Amino acid sequence: MFAAGTFSNRSSNRSSNRSPDGSPAGRGLMLPELGQFSLILAGCLAMAGAALGLLGHRFVFGGLSPATVQQGVSSVVLGQFAFSLLAFVALVTGFLQDDFSVDYIAGHSNSLLPWYYKISATWGGHEGSFLLWILTMTLWMVAVVLRRVNYPVSLYNKVMGILCLLNLGFLAFALLTSNPFVRLVPFTPAEGADLNPLLQDFGLIVHPPMLYAGYIGLAVPFAFAVAAMLEDRVDSTWARWSRPWSNAAWAFLTLGITLGSWWAYYELGWGGWWFWDPSENASFMPWLAATALIHSLAVTEKRGTFKSWTLLLAIAGFSLSLLGGFIIRSGVLTSVHAFAVDPQRGVFILIFLAVVVGSALTLYAIRAGGHRAYVGFALFSREFFMLINNVILVVALAVVLWGTLAPIGYQLADQHISIGPPFFDAFFVPLMLVLALALGLVPWLNWKRTPWPRLRASLVRTVPGVLIAGVLVVYVIAPDRLVVAAALILSLWIVLSHGLNFYQRYRAGSWPPLAYWGMTLAHLGFAVTISGVAVTATQSIEEDVRMAPGEQVQLGKATVNFTGVREVQGPNYVAQQGVFIVSSADGSTFILRPEKRRYLAGGNIMTEAGIQAGLLADTYISMGEALNQGAWAVRLHYKPLVRWVWLGAVLMALGAGLAIFDPRYRRLRQRQTKDSPRAVHSSATTHPPRAGKGQAV
Amino acid sequence: MKFAAVVFFWCVAGTAWSAGQVDVYHFDTPEQRKRYNTLIEEFRCPKCLNINIAGSDAPIAKDLRATVHRLIVQRGFSDQEIRDFLQARYGDFVLYNPPFNARTYLVWVIPFLLLFVGLIVLIGLLLRQRRKASPVNLDVDALEKLLDEKT
Amino acid sequence: MNRLSLLIPLAVFALILVIGYLGFSLDKRNELPSALIGQDFPEFSAPDLFSPDVVRTRADLVGQPTLVNIWATWCPTCKAEHEVLMQIARTSEVALVGVNYKDDRGLALGWLADYGNPYNLVLMDADGGLGVELGVYGAPETFLLNRDGKVIYKRVGDVNMRVWQNEIAPLLQQLEVAHGGPGWEMVGR
Repeated sequence: MFAAGTFSNRSSNRSSNRSPDGSPAGRGLMLPELGQFSLILAGCLAMAGAALGLLGHRFVFGGLSPATVQQGVSSVVLGQFAFSLLAFVALVTGFLQDDFSVDYIAGHSNSLLPWYYKISATWGGHEGSFLLWILTMTLWMVAVVLRRVNYPVSLYNKVMGILCLLNLGFLAFALLTSNPFVRLVPFTPAEGADLNPLLQDFGLIVHPPMLYAGYIGLAVPFAFAVAAMLEDRVDSTWARWSRPWSNAAWAFLTLGITLGSWWAYYELGWGGWWFWDPSENASFMPWLAATALIHSLAVTEKRGTFKSWTLLLAIAGFSLSLLGGFIIRSGVLTSVHAFAVDPQRGVFILIFLAVVVGSALTLYAIRAGGHRAYVGFALFSREFFMLINNVILVVALAVVLWGTLAPIGYQLADQHISIGPPFFDAFFVPLMLVLALALGLVPWLNWKRTPWPRLRASLVRTVPGVLIAGVLVVYVIAPDRLVVAAALILSLWIVLSHGLNFYQRYRAGSWPPLAYWGMTLAHLGFAVTISGVAVTATQSIEEDVRMAPGEQVQLGKATVNFTGVREVQGPNYVAQQGVFIVSSADGSTFILRPEKRRYLAGGNIMTEAGIQAGLLADTYISMGEALNQGAWAVRLHYKPLVRWVWLGAVLMALGAGLAIFDPRYRRLRQRQTKDSPRAVHSSATTHPPRAGKGQAV
Repeated sequence: MKFAAVVFFWCVAGTAWSAGQVDVYHFDTPEQRKRYNTLIEEFRCPKCLNINIAGSDAPIAKDLRATVHRLIVQRGFSDQEIRDFLQARYGDFVLYNPPFNARTYLVWVIPFLLLFVGLIVLIGLLLRQRRKASPVNLDVDALEKLLDEKT
Repeated sequence: MNRLSLLIPLAVFALILVIGYLGFSLDKRNELPSALIGQDFPEFSAPDLFSPDVVRTRADLVGQPTLVNIWATWCPTCKAEHEVLMQIARTSEVALVGVNYKDDRGLALGWLADYGNPYNLVLMDADGGLGVELGVYGAPETFLLNRDGKVIYKRVGDVNMRVWQNEIAPLLQQLEVAHGGPGWEMVGR
């Protein structure tokens, strides 16, 4: 409707960058064709890389030496990156130059669009976002290339071969079904259809790149897992190598999901930040698997056990990333977030999924058995609590997967049901509370068995404090639901327990390793998030009222004064801006300016909320319709601790980031490559440099 | 492809998932308002792409919100009665909290089964590993191997 | 984990693939089956479009097989459907009841005057209340009632030739109602 209407009806002469004959600039360079050609070249290189990496030692030119294969594969990967970057830059340039002869650009951009949104519009639709996906893949591949000295050559070659194979699949998908460079000739529109106003936002600039970094980052531990299975060398060294990559991917994924939630919150106008929508679940499921993975890897590295678990989680993480992509791009599930429905794409992705994940899982079934390490552990041990962590996260993952896919199953049986937040919350919340309960105990646990006196001492120090604080919480915040009280008390326990443990280590004189800082920070982040979620989900105040200019309304303890509406001009929109003066209980005053925007290109009407962000609470005002006599329908929200939800997540990501840079990993790796032959064949656990009595992380 | 993009835009703009509509309703008590706010998040807009009637601008969503309001304030229905009312007219689809009945019991049974399996796995693994966690943990196999190598 | 349990992930994945693949065959995603099928048409009271003082109820619908058509002047598909409805009115013995949904009375009257009135009876549902009772969420929608006023069929979307021939006509055959055949000649008498 809107889009079709704007084609070829506009004879605007905003063609400052058009050549005299009216054809779009850049025609001379043929940038889109260059971009497409680059993708084809990247595809050829991916094919070469896959063949080299996986078969080079045997079938290429009668068998090449591993070192030669390594060089060849590394160059091929750098080439893929170069060509993918070229293609990406070609598309971005096309957007910046308003080259509406390209179908994708005409569908997602407009000459009135600010330049920073033109750039982000590159990934505002399916084809372009998939190009970003490919670029991100090549970036991760280059990262592995840069760290290649740390890995035995034969394993490295296989890892790169697998990654090239995956990238080949992605490139084939792009070229065959989702080419962003398709031209619209001869009926080139003079003006584009405009980027969806919802996407004309900072959120689009940051959320997809971060999210994709996370999704695709999981391909690296996946590749390591498959390579290790192929070499039949699944051991604790494989686990150590996979750890930094898994932590990095997890950190990006955490940030990506957080950004998405925050964006939905301020953009959608009704104060929600998580809806268990299929597209959200599509990102959350890999995250749950990845969280279990990073913990499981720690156990496999230190104790040599849980190998099958860890392998499976490494496969599951990336598989769920692909499955998520399938859900969103195939139209199988209804979601506002879904890209345009195209069954042809869906079938391709399905086949790709079947081949990649199917073969990985088949390999798993063949190779994962027989790695049983007979290490015993007691109830109060790190191993067991990591296991609790794994089981809880995997069960949560399974429930989310079931809740997301079951409606399709039911529809096949001609029954239409809906599964939404009440269902997911019913299971997820208790599971997280149990996890929080276990988490409080974690800093005091040793590997294998924690002596009871030590445990008792820690409990004696922390539990009374928690109980007292808990009583205070119940009286001060007065939550009306048990769940909230439980969440707050458990968060307090986590904070107290980790804080005390950290303090004790500091007092004992040993400066804790970076990985320990990371763990503490991440766990504290978890506590912050669950407190935020518990409080904001239940203690928020919401008022929908009619306000005429000059009227004031009570919102909790604050007073909101509506002074009126004025007209405001934006770069590509016209808005009615409401001015609200909010005086909060503590005396501070601030002004909020929610807007009702009409975008000029497509005529879309959008609501922009006015938000006063605070560490302890948000005040959130959005305008509904204009009513009679100059009055407006206004929605007022007071949302306590809503920022903690995202703050906690950022802390978690930071914690993972710290853990990646722990020098013990780097030092050990260097030591490893020096005694390379022995290190490769060793399957025994190696001990960290400083081993206090069960203190080492 | 262009058609698909148009479809995408129409569906999004048409259902307008940025809630531009704010209903100003009068309630007799704050509890009623709270119940209303909670209930409208439980019902799915029948025409939209997965959004509750609280967050949708579609006309049918507005009608359903009005219905919920009317049932609370004028007819004095309980929460469950309101759910039953909408379910009788729009089917299970309109409930985001899937009902537990002969048609849909599996939706709820499976997760509980998963929880149960998880618990079994946890306990089973613990028991097996505890058996092996003796105070002095000699890796008997490795020692025997060593002995074999030495002799 | 013994051998068999290692195959579980693969099995679960295969199941997911199957569901995903079969999911493509589902194309009627926005057409909800009616919750009223097999139930009695609900009791209601709605004003007559032509004489708003007269209040119609369920009793006015019961007694003969009836097509209840939800329509509106703001609905472009209803305009397309209108032709088919006129044909049905000319060639079938089934009663046609129109429900003017969330519309303006004046506009509705003008519309019927301009394009013809296929209905035996037209009800006004200005606020959509009757629509909610029927589980209506858009226009056009059509219900088929049997002689006893039970809902036996619902169509979300327009009634076109294909729907008429494949879905509604067979049901009318079962109800032993004279209705229009493929060439709109009356059959079934």
